[in-house]
Amino acid sequence: MTTLSDPPRESFRLSMLLNDTRYRSYTFQFIALLCVIALFSFLGYNLVKNLQAAGLNISYKFLGETSNYDINQTLIDYSSQSTHWRAAVVGVLNTLLVAFLACVTATIIGVVAGVLRLSKNWLISKLMAVYVEAFRNVPVLIWIIIIFTVMTAVLPQPRDFRGENATASMWFDAVAFTNRGVYIPKPVLESGGMAVVIVFLLSIVGVFAYRRYATKLLYATGKMLPTGWPTLAILFVPALLTYFVLGKPISLEMPVLAGFNFKGGINILGSLIALWFALAIYTGAFIAENVRAGIQAVSRGQTEAAASLGLRPGRIMNLVILPQALRVIIPPLISNYLNITKNSSLAIAVGYMDITGTLGGITLNQTGRAIEAILLLMAFYLAISLAISFIMNIYNSKMKLKER
Amino acid sequence: MKKSVILGALTVAGLAAGAAGAATLDDVKARGKLNCGVTTGLVGFAAPDANGEWDGFDVGVCRAVAAAVLGDPAAVEFVPTTGKTRFTALASGEIDMLARNTTWTFSRDTDLKFDFVGVNYYDGQGFMVPKALGVSSAKELDGATVCIQTGTTTELNLADFFRSNNMEYTPVPIETNAEAQQQYLAGACDVYTTDASGLAATRAAFEAPGDHVVLPEIVSKEPLGPLVRHGDNDWGDIVRWTLNALIAAEELGVTSANIEELSAGTENPEVNRLLGTEGNLGEMIGLDAGWGKAAIAAGGNYGELFEKNIGENTPIALSRGLNAQWTDGGLLYAPPFR
Ligand SMILES: N[C@@H](CCC(=O)N[C@@H](CS)C(=O)NCC(=O)O)C(=O)O
Repeated sequence: MTTLSDPPRESFRLSMLLNDTRYRSYTFQFIALLCVIALFSFLGYNLVKNLQAAGLNISYKFLGETSNYDINQTLIDYSSQSTHWRAAVVGVLNTLLVAFLACVTATIIGVVAGVLRLSKNWLISKLMAVYVEAFRNVPVLIWIIIIFTVMTAVLPQPRDFRGENATASMWFDAVAFTNRGVYIPKPVLESGGMAVVIVFLLSIVGVFAYRRYATKLLYATGKMLPTGWPTLAILFVPALLTYFVLGKPISLEMPVLAGFNFKGGINILGSLIALWFALAIYTGAFIAENVRAGIQAVSRGQTEAAASLGLRPGRIMNLVILPQALRVIIPPLISNYLNITKNSSLAIAVGYMDITGTLGGITLNQTGRAIEAILLLMAFYLAISLAISFIMNIYNSKMKLKER
Repeated sequence: MKKSVILGALTVAGLAAGAAGAATLDDVKARGKLNCGVTTGLVGFAAPDANGEWDGFDVGVCRAVAAAVLGDPAAVEFVPTTGKTRFTALASGEIDMLARNTTWTFSRDTDLKFDFVGVNYYDGQGFMVPKALGVSSAKELDGATVCIQTGTTTELNLADFFRSNNMEYTPVPIETNAEAQQQYLAGACDVYTTDASGLAATRAAFEAPGDHVVLPEIVSKEPLGPLVRHGDNDWGDIVRWTLNALIAAEELGVTSANIEELSAGTENPEVNRLLGTEGNLGEMIGLDAGWGKAAIAAGGNYGELFEKNIGENTPIALSRGLNAQWTDGGLLYAPPFR
C-alpha cells in the first residue's frame, strides 16, 4: 500500500527570488524601496552640499531669537520681544481658529443646502443648485478677496461713528460693524462667574444624559418622553438661576469709540471674517453635494418601507435615511475638512496672520531661513491633516455598518 | 502629493544653490538679457508706463547695468517682486540683481548672504495720515491701525518705534504697495508707513494728494541700494562700478547730452578713463572699454535719472537732500576711477 505524502519540501534557493512567484513580488518591492531610498538620499545630499556651497546651512537656531515684529491677532501673550518660535505658535493657533470656525460653518451650510437641494419646492432646489455651482466653480482665493474688498469698501470706518452727525452707528450700543472688523461685547467674569459657566457646562452633559434616558425608555417600554422643551429647560434654567442667585457675576464689556479705534470688547478682525466666510461658503458647496449624494444613495424603498410603518417624514429622515446616508457622507467630509485647513494658508491674501503668515511669511523673510521654515510648515500641515483624518476616521468607524 | 512637494522643494533648492555658485556675468552674456528684480509698481522708482515699458529710478540702474554688460539698455527682463519674494528670487538665481528700494542692513548683507553694492537713495521711514485725522506728529498715533508691507524693514522699525514710545497699534500686513494704497484710502487703516520716498511716490498717485500729510518724524535710516548674491565678487564689482559710474558722471559733468562729444577725448583724465578712451578699466572688470559710456548713455547720469523720475519737477517732487553730491553737501561720493 502506498500512502500519499507531501512532495519533498524543496529547500530555499536564491534563484527562487526571481523564479518563484511566491517570492518574486517581494524581490521587486525590495528593489523599488532601495531605489526610492537612494533617490531621496541623493536629493537630500545634493541639497545639503549645495547649501553648503552657497554658504547656507540648515539650522533652527533662529526660532529662539527675538522676532521683532508685531502680530495683529494673538490668542496667547505675544509682543515684538517674543521669539520666532512663539510667533509660529501664535500663527498655529490662528490657523486652527479659522479652520475650526470654517469647518463648523461649512458643515452647517453644507447640510442645509444639501437637504434643501432635494426639496420638492422648485424655487428652493434651484436656488441651492445655483449656490452650489457658483461657489464650487470659482477659486476660493477669489472669494476671499471679494469678501474682504467688499467689506472694506462698504462698511463704515471707525471715525464715521464719531461726532454729532455720525454717518454710522452701533447696533444696540453693543455691536459695531466697521471696515476693520466687527466689535462685540466681551463677557467679563467677576467672582462667582466661573460657577455659572460650570453649571452651564454641566447642563450640557445633563441634556445628553436626559436624551439617552428618553431613548432607552422608548426602546424598553415604548413610552415616549418629550425632548424639545426639557432640553431647553435643562440647558438654561439652572445656569440662569445660578446667575441671579449669585448676583449677576458676569458682566459685559462694551466696545466704545476711543481715539482711532473702538476699544474694549472683542475685535473680530475683518481679515478673519473674510477668510472664515469664504472658506465656509466655498467648502459648504462641496459638502452640500456630498450630502445630496449620500441621501440619494439610500434607496427609495427604505423611505417607502418606513412610511408604510407609519413614520412621519421628519422621523424617516432622522431615523432611517440620515444614519445610512452618513456612511456615504463622512469619508468625503474628511477630505473637505482637510481642504479647509490647507486652504486657510491663503490667509496672507487678506493679511490674516496664520502660520503661513508668521513662520512662512515674516519670520522666513526677516531671517532668510526659507528651507527651514518651509520644512517646518510642511511638517505642521502634515501633522494637522493626519490628526483630522485620525479623529474623523474614528467617527467614521463608529457610524459604519455594524456587521454582527 | 506631499512627496512631490518635498521632491520639488529639494530639487529647486538644489538647482538654486547650483546657480548661485556659477559666474553670473557668463550667464547674463549667454542669455543676452539681464534679469533684474524690481518692485511690483511704485511710480517713479519702478513701474510700467502706458506702453508697458518699465520706467523709473531703480529701473534706470538695471538699464545702466544691461548697457554696460550687453551694450543694450533694453536687454533687461524686469521681474516684479514683493517685499516678501524679492530675496528668494535673488538667492535662487531667478534674478541677477535686485534694485527694489531695498534697505542695506547688517543681517541682509551677512546672514542672508547678499552683497549690497552701494546706495542709490538715502532714505528714512515716515508716516502718512489723512489730513482729516488732525494728527501732526507720529507721537500722537497711540492706538492707531497701521498699514505696512510685510517682509520689510518697515515692519521691524514700526514695532521698535511704538514700543520705545510706549504706544500701541494694530498692524495690517499687506503684500504690495498697490494693495496698501487701496486699504489706506478705504480707511481700513489710519496710517500708512514706509520709506519716505515711497510715501511721496504713493501720495503723488492719489486723486487728491492734498488730503494727506506726511508727518515730520523720520524714524529710521533706510539706505536703499542695488544688491547681488554673495559669493560672485566679479559680478558684484560690475554692478557696484556701474552705479559708481552714474554718480561719478554727475560729479564730472558728463551728461547724456554731452557724452558723445566728451568721448572723443577730453583734458580730464578721469573722464577719459570713465568713458574708456584712456586706460583699461573695462578690461579689469571683464567688459568692453566703452562700458562706462554705455551705462551713462542709457538713461543719463545719476542727477539726470533723479530729476527725470523723482525730482522736483515730477509729481513726486523729492528734493535732492541727502542724495546730493558730496560737493553740494550731500552723501553721494563715488570712489575714484583709476
Ligand atoms: N526699504 C524697505 C521697504 C521697501 C519697500 O517695500 N518699499 C515699498 C514702498 S517704498 C515698495 O517699494 N513697494 C513696491 C511694491 O509693492 O512692489 C525694505 O527694504 O525693507
